[in-house]
Amino acid sequence: MEFSGVKRRKPWLIGDQRKASYPHSLQFYLQPPSENISLIEFENLAIDRLKLLKSVENLGVSYVKGTELYQSKLEAEIRKLKFSYRESLEDEYEPRRKDHISHFILRLAYCQSEDLRRWFIQQEMDLLRFRFSILPKDKIQSFLQDSHLHFEAISEEEKNLREQEIIASSTSLGGPKLELEYVYKIPFADALDLFRGRKVYLENGFAYVPLKDIVAIILNEFRAKLSKALALTARSLPAVQSDERLQPLLNHLSHSYIGQDYSIQGNAGKISLDQIDSLSTKSFPPCMRQLHKALRENHHLRHGGRMQYGLFLKGIGLTLEQALQFWKQEFIKGKMDPDKFDKGYSYNIRHSFGKEGKRTDYTPFSCLKIILTNPPSQGDYHGCPFRHSDPELLKQKLQSYKITPGGISQILDLVKGTHYQVACQKYFEMTHNVDDCGFSLNHPNQFFVESQRVLNGGKDIKKESIPPETPQPKQSAQKTKNASSALASLNSSLEMDMEGLEDYFSE
Amino acid sequence: MEPFDPAELPELLKLYYRRLFPYAQYYRWLNYGGVVKNYFQHREFSFTLKDDIYIRYQSFNNQSDLEKEMQKMNPYKIDIGAVYSHRPNQHNTVKLGAFQAQEKELVFDIDMTDYDDVRRCCSSADICSKCWTLMTMAIRIIDRALKEDFGFKHRLWVYSGRRGVHCWVCDESVRKLSSAVRSGIVEYLSLVKGGQDVKKKVHLSENVHPFVRKSISIIKKYFEGYALVGQDILENKESWDKILALVPETMHNDLQQNFQKHHSSLQRWEYLKKAASQCPSNIKNEKCGPWLEWEIMLQYCFPRLDINVSKGINHLLKSPFSVHPKTGRISVPIDLQKVDQFDPFAVPTISSICHELDAIFTSEVEKEENQAESDIKHRTRGRLIYGSVTLTQAFYIDILLSLQ
Repeated sequence: MEFSGVKRRKPWLIGDQRKASYPHSLQFYLQPPSENISLIEFENLAIDRLKLLKSVENLGVSYVKGTELYQSKLEAEIRKLKFSYRESLEDEYEPRRKDHISHFILRLAYCQSEDLRRWFIQQEMDLLRFRFSILPKDKIQSFLQDSHLHFEAISEEEKNLREQEIIASSTSLGGPKLELEYVYKIPFADALDLFRGRKVYLENGFAYVPLKDIVAIILNEFRAKLSKALALTARSLPAVQSDERLQPLLNHLSHSYIGQDYSIQGNAGKISLDQIDSLSTKSFPPCMRQLHKALRENHHLRHGGRMQYGLFLKGIGLTLEQALQFWKQEFIKGKMDPDKFDKGYSYNIRHSFGKEGKRTDYTPFSCLKIILTNPPSQGDYHGCPFRHSDPELLKQKLQSYKITPGGISQILDLVKGTHYQVACQKYFEMTHNVDDCGFSLNHPNQFFVESQRVLNGGKDIKKESIPPETPQPKQSAQKTKNASSALASLNSSLEMDMEGLEDYFSE
Repeated sequence: MEPFDPAELPELLKLYYRRLFPYAQYYRWLNYGGVVKNYFQHREFSFTLKDDIYIRYQSFNNQSDLEKEMQKMNPYKIDIGAVYSHRPNQHNTVKLGAFQAQEKELVFDIDMTDYDDVRRCCSSADICSKCWTLMTMAIRIIDRALKEDFGFKHRLWVYSGRRGVHCWVCDESVRKLSSAVRSGIVEYLSLVKGGQDVKKKVHLSENVHPFVRKSISIIKKYFEGYALVGQDILENKESWDKILALVPETMHNDLQQNFQKHHSSLQRWEYLKKAASQCPSNIKNEKCGPWLEWEIMLQYCFPRLDINVSKGINHLLKSPFSVHPKTGRISVPIDLQKVDQFDPFAVPTISSICHELDAIFTSEVEKEENQAESDIKHRTRGRLIYGSVTLTQAFYIDILLSLQ
């Protein structure tokens, strides 16, 4: 792919030629693009696709994948960003071309580390899964053929001959359904994940795979191919990165996906200690609410609880002095000797503020960290209540928080489906009396910030700084809460990014 | 049959490797028509010599080279390994990381010791005609699946020499299969799961996959004769308690009482089947009806494979026509058409065939003193392991035809 500083005239394909180059609304990205494009278009395409993939990620966390709500929101997002997704009567060439080129550009940015690759592959897979799900059944065959996948749909007669066997082999089929389903015949070795668990009918070296299961195979193929391609791309990356026009953009793209970490204390000193009790019931997420309650009741918390809660307090704005006072006051009520506190506990508190030892300023734990690491045991109060509490206890707790029975049952359903953060979002909606919390939750401090925003009607809100790597950190105030957009904070940070970039590309 | 004395092995092997080992057929098999250059030359063999000396990465230029080396080293045991990227006997000269196993037949090893928890007649390395049926059933079930489900055409089944059987699948595409796919095949073929601490090792889902259904049909043909009569699995309280451990507790009392009233495993099994079909099937996690019956049959009869043997491309497995150093028996191919009649105790031992060879040679020499020795060699070799050798020959021709 060639880049030029001046916008060159694109080779203008006519009618059928354009259609032929992109025959489908989705693709496996097997062939890299070979046009010339301008740097500006390069940048725009990359940013648009990044926005798209971030929406894919957010929607995947906020809604259960595959449900109607998820599908319609994702479709709206794709359409808004003008990417291809569905066969239609309109000219599909531009959206498909955009999809093609932007994918390959992002490969350059996201091949560089295991984490980046994993993220990129996950979102691209979810996007492909969505597009495949809305592909009309009769178009599937030609799409597969054009993608060089050797899946043949078998004829009705062949299906009838084997109907019993195919139904007996698949866990997801019932009798009448088989008539509507397409069944594909593929070499058994291409259906490894299906045949090893005896989830598919094998005959004479072929697996007879119903449509539903073909999707899993296709996605696996896609993941394997993309993973390999990213590894190859990483090897040729030094050559690309040495191009000075591209280096800043590519670096910036791959860093902008890291979420806020609430470590920069823009709010330091804004909270007073006597506000904490009321804040804990109004604006704390349930994990911190229960830690605070346990601390007040027992005048003590174990190490896991002190870490999780202590860092959270730092994130909402407690200074070191306030923190020392807060913990000491409470522990002394538990008949702890003040000297013992100074010797044993205050060191740890100063350590977590970065004032001792190796002086790392520890960051408050994100939801994922709390959910996935250091599960609580007997006598602990840390962790995520949605993840770590017994459902019965969780129900009682929610009742004591005065959540309506309808809300409780919705939350418990989400918990059963392991959607812990979505459950917490539901808790937010119920306690703040809003229909849509307007954000996708991944950090307890984010919960606090959003809660304050709702309760204070948009005043006194300071946007946190953007991640360290950007050249020009800016702070912008958000005037009104945009309840309908799940991506408000995301969009604004990306707008900021673009402002920063413009400086690189203007004369 | 001449009794086998392991102390005589060095002498016997010398004779075996000079006069009896079927080099021509063996070479033609592993050379696969010479279609791929250096296929035979890149094949690893390993030899176990006297006093347990083990040497790997043996490789040979051609049939005559193979013959000479085997006669020189007189191996107690021969294993076949993978086809590598370079000649195995030069692997030390290859750049680090470049010497890779590339292809190998798909192999299975079924060992009678893995059934110790369900056979009452023998244990560990012992076998008898009663428990050998387990191998018969295993061959039938696995071979059917390899042929009908996976479409594999060239399957060679071999007696291991002591307590089990091996299978070599030699189709061209199969030799190229990855380790992951090989593991997947073993998983597909596995139903009995769990070690000593697991009582109930087979759990069927409501949907019974055709592979399982067809395997059960095969077992049904042998179950009465093997399990109810031969093994007598419901003979007395001690033995039927083991079966009860596989059955929901709610059925225990009824079965204990009624088993006392019956007089044979056959009768008790009929009763169990009846009781199973009547028990209410709404008990959580516990199955009744035919599933219960099938789960018991499968636990007692279904093949148990060792995944480690099959999944590694570089795994070494005992070669056909190799001698078993402890029993003296020759690893002979098993005729699938006559699998029910196969008798491991009728398999020639090295002492018996050497003895026969001597006897024939002596009488031949007496009869026709001027006959060239090679002539006699040819005839005796053909006669003694004629059956097995023609099998391998047929097998090899099979492969040759498919390559054209």
